[in-house]
Amino acid sequence: MILVILIGLLFLGGVLAWISEGLDARFPRIVALVTVLLDLLIMLSLLGGEGWVASIELEWLPRFGISFFLAADGLSVLLLILTAFLGAIAIGAAWDEITERTGFFYFNLLWTLAGVLGVFTALDLFLFFFFWEVMLIPMYFIIAIWGHENKNYAAMKFFIFTQVTGMLMLVAILMLAYFHYEQFGTYSFNYHDLLNVRTSGQLEIWMMLGFFIAFATKLPSVPFHSWLPDAHSQAPTAGSVILAGILLKTGAYGLIRFAVPLFPAASMEFAPIAMTLAAISILYCAKVAFAQNDIKRLIAYTSVSHMGFVTLGIYAWNEQALQGAIMTMLAHGLSAAALFMLAGGLQHRIHTRNMPDMGGFWAKVPRMAVVALFFSVAALGMPGLGNFIGEFLALIGAFQANIWLTVISAFGLIFASVYSLWVIQKVFQGEYRNEDFDDSHLSDLSRREMVYFIAMMIGLLWMGMYPQSFLALSATSLTEIMGGTQQVVLSLVEGSL
Amino acid sequence: MNMTLGDLIPLTPLLLVTATAVITMTLIGIRRSYPLTAGMTIGGLLVTTIFAASMIGDTNAQVTPLMIVDHYSLFFIVVTCASAMFIAVLSYPYLFSLNDNKEEYYLLLGVATIGAVVMVSSNHFVSAILGLETLSMSLYGMVAYTVHSRDAAKYPLEAAVKYLVLSAAASGFILFGMALVYAQTGTLSFSSLVDLSNGSTPGLGAAYSIVALLLIFAGVAFKLSLAPFHLWTPDVYEGSPLPATTYLATIGKAGMFVVLLRFIEASDALSFESVVTVLSLVAAASILAGNLLALLQDNLKRILAYSSIAHMGYILIAIIASYYSEGTVSIEAVTFYLLAYVVMSLGAFGVASVVSSSEKEFDVIADYQGLFWRDPWLAVIFTGMLLSLAGIPLTVGFIGKFYLFFAGVEAALWVLLSVLIIGSGIGLYYYLRIVYRMVLPAPEQVSFRVGGMESFSAYGVLSILLLLLLVLGVYPAPVMDLIESIAAFV
Repeated sequence: MILVILIGLLFLGGVLAWISEGLDARFPRIVALVTVLLDLLIMLSLLGGEGWVASIELEWLPRFGISFFLAADGLSVLLLILTAFLGAIAIGAAWDEITERTGFFYFNLLWTLAGVLGVFTALDLFLFFFFWEVMLIPMYFIIAIWGHENKNYAAMKFFIFTQVTGMLMLVAILMLAYFHYEQFGTYSFNYHDLLNVRTSGQLEIWMMLGFFIAFATKLPSVPFHSWLPDAHSQAPTAGSVILAGILLKTGAYGLIRFAVPLFPAASMEFAPIAMTLAAISILYCAKVAFAQNDIKRLIAYTSVSHMGFVTLGIYAWNEQALQGAIMTMLAHGLSAAALFMLAGGLQHRIHTRNMPDMGGFWAKVPRMAVVALFFSVAALGMPGLGNFIGEFLALIGAFQANIWLTVISAFGLIFASVYSLWVIQKVFQGEYRNEDFDDSHLSDLSRREMVYFIAMMIGLLWMGMYPQSFLALSATSLTEIMGGTQQVVLSLVEGSL
Repeated sequence: MNMTLGDLIPLTPLLLVTATAVITMTLIGIRRSYPLTAGMTIGGLLVTTIFAASMIGDTNAQVTPLMIVDHYSLFFIVVTCASAMFIAVLSYPYLFSLNDNKEEYYLLLGVATIGAVVMVSSNHFVSAILGLETLSMSLYGMVAYTVHSRDAAKYPLEAAVKYLVLSAAASGFILFGMALVYAQTGTLSFSSLVDLSNGSTPGLGAAYSIVALLLIFAGVAFKLSLAPFHLWTPDVYEGSPLPATTYLATIGKAGMFVVLLRFIEASDALSFESVVTVLSLVAAASILAGNLLALLQDNLKRILAYSSIAHMGYILIAIIASYYSEGTVSIEAVTFYLLAYVVMSLGAFGVASVVSSSEKEFDVIADYQGLFWRDPWLAVIFTGMLLSLAGIPLTVGFIGKFYLFFAGVEAALWVLLSVLIIGSGIGLYYYLRIVYRMVLPAPEQVSFRVGGMESFSAYGVLSILLLLLLVLGVYPAPVMDLIESIAAFV
């Protein structure tokens, strides 16, 4: 029931925020913030349990064996908390930036979050797909209405990429449900039922690909990543925060929860290809990031690069690698969100995202510079911060699965240092010139902004210094997920010997 | 077989619609009053809808060899009459200021509905063609209705003539095909056509059967505006006054599809490989042509015309699937998608007709710029309809797509499913383009006024449609169960 409340609260809060605009244009943001914080509080009550800490199953469409089945285990809870936390941060990012049509903005923001919570908790594949698509429309509106100069193109591209690949997943889901009918005599979309469906051969590979392409687009992984730089650079700051911090993680979550466990044999067969794609994502996007002038596009490409470690970890499919992938998801959620907020803050102040125009900001905005340095260093994987733990674990795990690809991917860490420090150098160091932009609004971070950044810093430090508190939460989920695939993997290994 | 009085009871819905038309006609003769005529038609259709809905559970009768009134027919009688009623309500503000005799429009609408009711309850070629012609004849009139109004739909006469000539030619194809079927089997009833594929029956031979089936299918495909028989559609949609376009696009298509479904299910037509090939090609061509050509349009009516071509292609996939799968899922898919299609088309055209009138139609996308901020409720309705046409969750269009995908997966029609995915992907672009226009800031010079008193009832109808759209999209279980129970009757 608690999960229904969590999601319902956001849906309701969205409607309230929209209505409250009629009273005063400042009400929606307050309503939104209160809703999300309330959600966050409720979520904290889910901590500490073992196994499936909350679950609800109601009959929904009996004709096809579809139920309204929500459940959360440690992995889900981690991601739920990340979602609500970044949701609150995103509202903070939008606080002053969004001044027009605030009601509808916060409506969309909260509905996106509701969709994401649904994705992280749905255990009926139809319901999962339902939420998967529901989160798109409000996100489309956020980019299309409050975005920057090229918003129509970016919003359209985002929508079409995710929707079309989503339909491939729908076909795969339906095939699974149909196989369940053939093998057990009833239609079912229940996750636990579908795990029992035995598939093999060509069809299993196709179904796995349906899932993989949908998730790899959202993640994103090369070659499905080209929507991301556009969406990020055009979205308002809050949109970028949600996209980078949360929406990308739904793809990784999908791979861990659905793509691999449902098709273990096909996934093992596919793992070398997926890991190669991951290595390409890491190196290629790091290189492309380095070539960008638009600061938001740069961060967007680094996101693709970092998410490559997640894919790498997932397809290595051992506990260390998976823990690493999950840690990277969480840490990257915070660090990328913070970097996008900094870029958005800069754009809000000087109305440009073009890095060659910038330089020497350290003297003008020292607090911002320090914050930027902190998060850049976090992103490049400095020990002591969350990203290091995640990427390090992912690489250790991947090393056991595929040595060469891991060695190649590890170069990504070096590239990450190069582009991260390069950004700092370009923007904050050097000589201050203001002939290319109007610096009359260039002010340092306000107290309100500092609150958000410090909250995220604490999060990253916590992950870096005491990762066990996060690893423990996801460990039980991973044991269960991996237990299911173990047998298949073992039999495959034996077969190959 | 003689008709008895008892046979008339299942025919009550048909008699009620007929009575509505006759009384409307008499009323016009006695006293010309626009509100009275419209009210009479709307009331009559409402009574029919309620009556037919109450009969769904327990009526199952073959009335004369021509008509079958079973659960399935009654379901579509309800859909037809309810849609006709909605269109009548939407027509009221549209025609309100027409400087001409406007009462006869409702007469035509009533008669067209008689035709549609006959079509959905026919399982015999004679009644099918009778219903089809009754529907088409009235539609010619409706399409040309605003011919004396200079600023309304731009080319009503051209549209009507185009539709008349081509439609008559298509009927000719169907009739010729029927003649060949008759030569082969000696009967015109759908249910006796099972032997068609059986080469041993006395007759002209299998080759003639295929020709007959293809001729019939070509005629039907014309009426359904499936590619490559779709060329008339955008012109006629654009040229007709909006309520007539709505009628043509919803009831006209749904009625024809029910006939096609009954015919295909009864006749075993798909056991000919060549027929399946043709149907598959037509489905794929319709999906691709409809979606690709819609990309190039700036006119709302033309976009919806092309999108309807694509949607008809989608449904055809489920019809093809019905041959390959054992259960009734594909028939349910056709039924549910038709219902969904009717709801969302009514809504989409309805929005356009609420802001338009017989004096001026607003059918260019640019007219809708900033609608979100000028009339949020109307924009929400329109957005809902467009997202539903695109098949996004929370709307009935998504459940419809889900059904189609399910039918396709069960029948393992991988190629057609890929075309469906590609087509839907392209479709997103032009639906979102309209949505994007609506969220842009409103221009200084707004094209139309919103929210007049006379369109109060039309807003009501649109709100009901939005409600239907969402309820069927979020909790379709009761309707699913109903459709599952009636699908067995096809």
